Amino acid sequence: MTTLTAPRSTGETTAPAARPARRPRGRRAGGHERGGRLAYAILIAAALFSAFPFYWTIVAATRSNADLAKTPPALLPGGNLMHNFDQVLQQADIGKALLNSLIVSGSVTVGTVLCSTLAGFAFAKLHFRGRNALLALTIGTMMIPPQLGVIPLFMVIAKLHWVNQLQAVILPGLVSAFGVFFMRQFLVQALPDELIEAGRVDGASTARIFWSIVIPVARPGMAVLGILTFMASWNDFFWPIIALTSQQPTVQVALRQLGGGYVHDQSVVMAGTLLGTLPVLLVFGLLGRQIVGGIMQGAVKG
Amino acid sequence: MTLTASAPRRTARPPATLRQRLARLSPYAYVTPFFALFAAFGLFPLIYTAYVSLYRVELQTPDQMEWRGLDNYTALFGDDNFWTALRNTFTIGVISTVPQLLMALGLAHLLNYKLRGRTFFRVTMLLPYATSVAAATLVFAQLFGRDFGLINYLLHLVGIGPVDWQSGTVASQIAVSTIVTWRWTGYNTLIYLAGMQAIPSDLYEAAELDGASRWRQFLHVTLPGLRPTILFTIVVSTIGATQLFGEPLLFEGSISGGISHQYQTLGLYMYEQGWGFFHLGRAAAIAWVMFVLIVLLVLVNTAVARRRSGKENQR
Repeated sequence: MTTLTAPRSTGETTAPAARPARRPRGRRAGGHERGGRLAYAILIAAALFSAFPFYWTIVAATRSNADLAKTPPALLPGGNLMHNFDQVLQQADIGKALLNSLIVSGSVTVGTVLCSTLAGFAFAKLHFRGRNALLALTIGTMMIPPQLGVIPLFMVIAKLHWVNQLQAVILPGLVSAFGVFFMRQFLVQALPDELIEAGRVDGASTARIFWSIVIPVARPGMAVLGILTFMASWNDFFWPIIALTSQQPTVQVALRQLGGGYVHDQSVVMAGTLLGTLPVLLVFGLLGRQIVGGIMQGAVKG
Repeated sequence: MTLTASAPRRTARPPATLRQRLARLSPYAYVTPFFALFAAFGLFPLIYTAYVSLYRVELQTPDQMEWRGLDNYTALFGDDNFWTALRNTFTIGVISTVPQLLMALGLAHLLNYKLRGRTFFRVTMLLPYATSVAAATLVFAQLFGRDFGLINYLLHLVGIGPVDWQSGTVASQIAVSTIVTWRWTGYNTLIYLAGMQAIPSDLYEAAELDGASRWRQFLHVTLPGLRPTILFTIVVSTIGATQLFGEPLLFEGSISGGISHQYQTLGLYMYEQGWGFFHLGRAAAIAWVMFVLIVLLVLVNTAVARRRSGKENQR
């Protein structure tokens, strides 16, 4: 975990604002209180801007359509949530969608983290012919949007009769050049050569070394990659709406169906949105710090 | 551990041994799972897209391909909707990316101060990033409602008449861009913040000794130190903007991007051709045009950044 928290701790010493701290007046940004207040005001405004749509989702999901059509509009939550949830369940199979999304995102996360750790370990610590070329290929394709390959992908899926089957979404979801790169960068730093060498000398095979030495060291990196992958997979939109239909939806497919024009009851649409977003918000609430750390870590490395 | 004790027993030069041994252990097995998946679901579809774009392929019969040469491209370039989508992609891209990155830069600068509740601000600003395109768009579509939307109500309070966020070209593009900006500003803020924290503090101390004001420190220490990060965010945002899809699709739920295609992007146009009109070959041509466009834009971005930093160094 040390490497992941590193950027946070340096923040206290690099920032220009850290300097007033050395003055005897103390930690409370003594010299430029005004600037400080303005900074807080702007940051609070930005935080409100970020959080307001969530609040609004809750307000709209707990109201009726008639409440939302009033002037001035309702600004506080009401008591219509259960009725709206009921409507959601009737209009889109949100229960199945949540289960499907859990299966898809869970499989994609486990598979991606495993493949990325294996390949990341090889790129970081093993020597083989063509290593640099393969690594360059991986990094080079990191930027290419997979969205541009959907047409042949769809033709393949159709040929395999996989349309409307979850593996059609899971398998392409496992390809993560970012994951390989992320784990490689993590292991280059976190895994000392001596540790592998020691295992070797003790007579362990590479597979053994991977399970008993690499995995424990890689765990913090795997956790961060896992969270980021889970969120990205849960929120994936383009490919699932092509490969799946409302008979076998993920949450995003169900949300599209809800908002797709058949239903005009806004409070029901918002109740569906709330249901579909809650799981990710839950993950975010529990692991927000780690997610922030992971994104900043990825940025410094990338 | 056992390294110092046992290594000399086996060989005189332990590093060489490690290499030799590891070399024998088929490291390829470790990269195979990734590259097998990558070849099947990443590289192959991308390359095959160019091939499909030369054929007539219909959605209902994807295994029947009929050679058409460059017909798909000729038809594409002769279609007014293509040029509209290209223009929309560009304008929405600019409206969403430029303010977003500028705001992110400013917010990162503020977050870099010593603050109370730092983690709170960072986590809250990243919340939109955790939201799906679908959820975000459905909420904003409601907020941007013409008759009962909250935004029009607030505008009404300050005396601005109801804006038709759906039908107006400029208004609808601003609305769609707002969703993009909302989702990505916090993410870019954190990327910039990470970059700022990597700038050595003695640079700031030296600047302060020279009597540089905060603003000058920002201009002459922070910005140059952030250049690679800024290039990274510009490239990523450009790629994201070029393939924008979910926001315009769900804003009103129409695949044409509004009645008069006023906010249809290239991504949506591709979807309309392929899954609205069943012309997969035509859609493949659009995908390939988007790919070339992305490569060109990235090259231009990088070239501009190089020239800039070259100039800077000459000074």
